[in-house]
Amino acid sequence: MDLYAENILDHYRDPRHKGEGNEASISQSEDNPSCGDKLTVHLWIEGTVVKKIEWEGVGCAISQAGMSIFSEEIEGKSTDELLAIKKDDVYELLGVPIGPRRFKCALLCLHTVKNAIRKLEEKDPQSWLETVEIDKD
Amino acid sequence: MLNTDEIRRQFPLISQKGITYLDSAATAQKPQAVLDALEKFYKEENANVHRGMHVLAEKATIAYEGARKSVSAFLNAAPHEIIFTRGCTESINLVAKSWGKANLKQGDTVVLSILEHHSNIVPWLQLKEEIGINVKWMDIDNEGTLILNDFKNVKLISITGCSNVLGVKPDLKSIIKKAHAAGAKVMIDAAQLVVHERIDVKDLDCDFLTFSGHKLYGPTGIGVLYGKRKLLESMPPFMGGGMMIGEVTKEGFTSAEIPHKFEAGTPPIAQAVGLHAAIDWLSQFDWNDIQQQEQKLLLYAYNTLKEVDGVSILGDDDNHSSLITHHKIASCLSFTIDGVHPHDLTEIIGRKGVSLRAGHHCAQPLHERLGVTASTRMSFGIYNTVEDIQKSVEEINKAIQILKK
Repeated sequence: MDLYAENILDHYRDPRHKGEGNEASISQSEDNPSCGDKLTVHLWIEGTVVKKIEWEGVGCAISQAGMSIFSEEIEGKSTDELLAIKKDDVYELLGVPIGPRRFKCALLCLHTVKNAIRKLEEKDPQSWLETVEIDKD
Repeated sequence: MLNTDEIRRQFPLISQKGITYLDSAATAQKPQAVLDALEKFYKEENANVHRGMHVLAEKATIAYEGARKSVSAFLNAAPHEIIFTRGCTESINLVAKSWGKANLKQGDTVVLSILEHHSNIVPWLQLKEEIGINVKWMDIDNEGTLILNDFKNVKLISITGCSNVLGVKPDLKSIIKKAHAAGAKVMIDAAQLVVHERIDVKDLDCDFLTFSGHKLYGPTGIGVLYGKRKLLESMPPFMGGGMMIGEVTKEGFTSAEIPHKFEAGTPPIAQAVGLHAAIDWLSQFDWNDIQQQEQKLLLYAYNTLKEVDGVSILGDDDNHSSLITHHKIASCLSFTIDGVHPHDLTEIIGRKGVSLRAGHHCAQPLHERLGVTASTRMSFGIYNTVEDIQKSVEEINKAIQILKK
């Protein structure tokens, strides 16, 4: 399976849920300093459920298509459900092989969404080490 | 004129089918002569240096010190002014940690240029954190030419001899002259420059100059620091260990003479031998021929890339060809393509055997100054041809089709 599979290229050329997020409940920006990929996620939340997502960003096809694909899974989920998503769940959604050079591109969407929710819950943002599930010990 | 076909045959990796290597600014490929020298050393002469009376120790010491003589002749320096390190980064750190800590105090100013590689930025920012020096920056104009600061009350100017992103070469001689007139010392990061033109440290009159062996067709793990004798003699040791000592007691130590004062521990012996072989190999060519060939490649790459849809060449203010023909640019070109991230581009063309570098090339302040987060770089070595550029541009066009269709 090619990293640049048709679904990745399709979402890269025609991203879903892109928007400026006016009047969103919470907005959060994260980046991938080594590559320069940037994402900003806007969430509209009622109670504990995410009703709507919009996002903005610049970067490589993997980071931008990843966010677009992930954004289709967000609406209707509770914040706890979203916080419980693992990196392998994101890899499965993307459906392409993610190697050691590109895993941060692929996981930037998860990192940004989780930190948006943490910000809403007034918690400190989680580090990349937590997002990529590298044991800190 | 260089016989590029013959040169390519001497590089085992380059002469493989399906390899289009345009990333020599990151590291150069190695000619067979260097690989042979490494193998010969390990098979016939390997021992530790300056530490034994046996025959092999003598052979290894002669080989290691022979490498020092070869580097000193290459730069027109004296052998004791050549310190072997593990790379250009270590050489710069040596100057920052030894000369810097002994000679700089809070409020003193070190000037860098916005063209610098992180290895010539971070050691100075560390001194800023540790002792409170000021780090000031020289800016560039739209073509990448340095705009010189006033050097009054500056202690050190540390600048690149050739940008690893734009390929521009600052006018070193005039900067050094101006700096010395203001009482400042000058260090040249020659990591890129060393493989593109003859360097004469006496003629330049620089105080320090650094480079790595691996960009000069030599092995990794060997770097060089040139320093003027009096400066090196006045500096405290950098690392402590064997070889750098005169005498050690339970209470204290005295330092060895230069150059060994700065070479604690077992040095990169085989790597020094490999660097010697690389310098010998390169010395069979005339620098004018090397530069002429490179100028041809740079012009061809510039003119071809400019035709690619959405390409912007960094530092191109409509005067790039003239800068190339006047030897103001060497080594490389960097560019962006609208709507195509450099990592996607280089990954896709990489599968066709085309090696180009993508990212910020360890020069984030320069990318910020140019207003781009990342770029793609095409850089040249002595083995590259117009066909390499044609192949890479062909694959770049195909990648754009995939990403943007």
